[in-house]
Amino acid sequence: MSINWFKYSAPSTFYPLAGRMIPWFWWSAILCIGFGLYWGFFQTPAILSDQKQYYRIIFPHVGAAWMSMWLYAVLVGWALAGLVFNTRLSFMMAQAVAPTGAIMTFIALVTGAFWGKTSWGTWWDWDPRMTSELILLFLYIGYMALQSAIDDSRRADRASAVLSLVGLVTVPIIFWSVNCPDPNQCTALHQQSGMGRVDTNILIAMLITALGFWLYSFAVIFMRVRTLILERERSTAWVRELPEISR
Amino acid sequence: MKPRQKRLLFAAIGLAGVAAAAVLITQALRSNIAYSFGPSQVAAGEAPKDHVFRLAGMVKKESFKRTGDGLTAEFVVTDTAQDVTVRYNGILPDLFKEGQGTVAKGRLAPDGVFLAEEVLAKHDETYMPPEAADAMKKGQEKSLEEVRKAAASAR
Repeated sequence: MSINWFKYSAPSTFYPLAGRMIPWFWWSAILCIGFGLYWGFFQTPAILSDQKQYYRIIFPHVGAAWMSMWLYAVLVGWALAGLVFNTRLSFMMAQAVAPTGAIMTFIALVTGAFWGKTSWGTWWDWDPRMTSELILLFLYIGYMALQSAIDDSRRADRASAVLSLVGLVTVPIIFWSVNCPDPNQCTALHQQSGMGRVDTNILIAMLITALGFWLYSFAVIFMRVRTLILERERSTAWVRELPEISR
Repeated sequence: MKPRQKRLLFAAIGLAGVAAAAVLITQALRSNIAYSFGPSQVAAGEAPKDHVFRLAGMVKKESFKRTGDGLTAEFVVTDTAQDVTVRYNGILPDLFKEGQGTVAKGRLAPDGVFLAEEVLAKHDETYMPPEAADAMKKGQEKSLEEVRKAAASAR
């Protein structure tokens, strides 16, 4: 028996599969974010050696920042798959990822500003970490703008896929901007992102909230891609025969 | 070559280009000048003399004092090799204290004192309750001392 790897690469088979998976992602996202934030607000130390209560901004901040970078890699992955295999669904996935990635980047920047004001003494500083994260937000916005600026969706897909690939350069820069081997070599205002010196309860809350953000991303991206499928495949027979359409 | 393989090749070349660009940019960021100068660079005259730059380093222990009107703060920023005296009139952030990292924005006065317009606190990635962090710090200082001793005996 051979597995058909491309079975779910057709919009007509992926549409119902995504529909069945969305509630599972929603419920697990709500559970994870709820548990993670509860743990973060009530089961963690009230005071750290440096920060006071406000350090709890870290729970939404870290998850959103991780997702902002990860979703960009996912977006580029789908865009490349679309360019190489010429599959319609890949481009729709890339297009569906972008708004969620932009929102995560925005959340990371805003919560980061709160952290900055309380810990460092400023809302914003042009340090390498913050500047490269801001560029990532502009890349998401640029991707969405280019995608919607070209009427022919096939051409729009290709042009924005190439743009997203070029923009991929910022993701390793965001990571390395604070994490170089010798911390004295890359000065930034933002601290390094080591996991070694983190209280266990803080770590649990942070990781579970981040997982919740990921599951949330799956849920909304699948919802968005289903809308895109209906929009782009509206003239096909299988869409017209869908019970929610033909009704 | 089939069209699909050709496109795959283009995609691979594109990814390789992106990787190369990322390496080059991070190397450029590493050369420090992109963001701030340390006391040693200031002492070597590498920092700009006529415009604003950022001075990054550690607030030297027992160097902080209030002068004159009681509002102006004076402290020493050090990288253990070189020191720069900083004068600042303004609100210091909550986490600013001796022995902690700081990033000050300002310019050098002719007498070598750094006149700061803004002073920020830089902290490390320790997210632990005070007792645990203290215990960890003590352990680190101990191991640092051991490293220093080993280096001295190697000489």
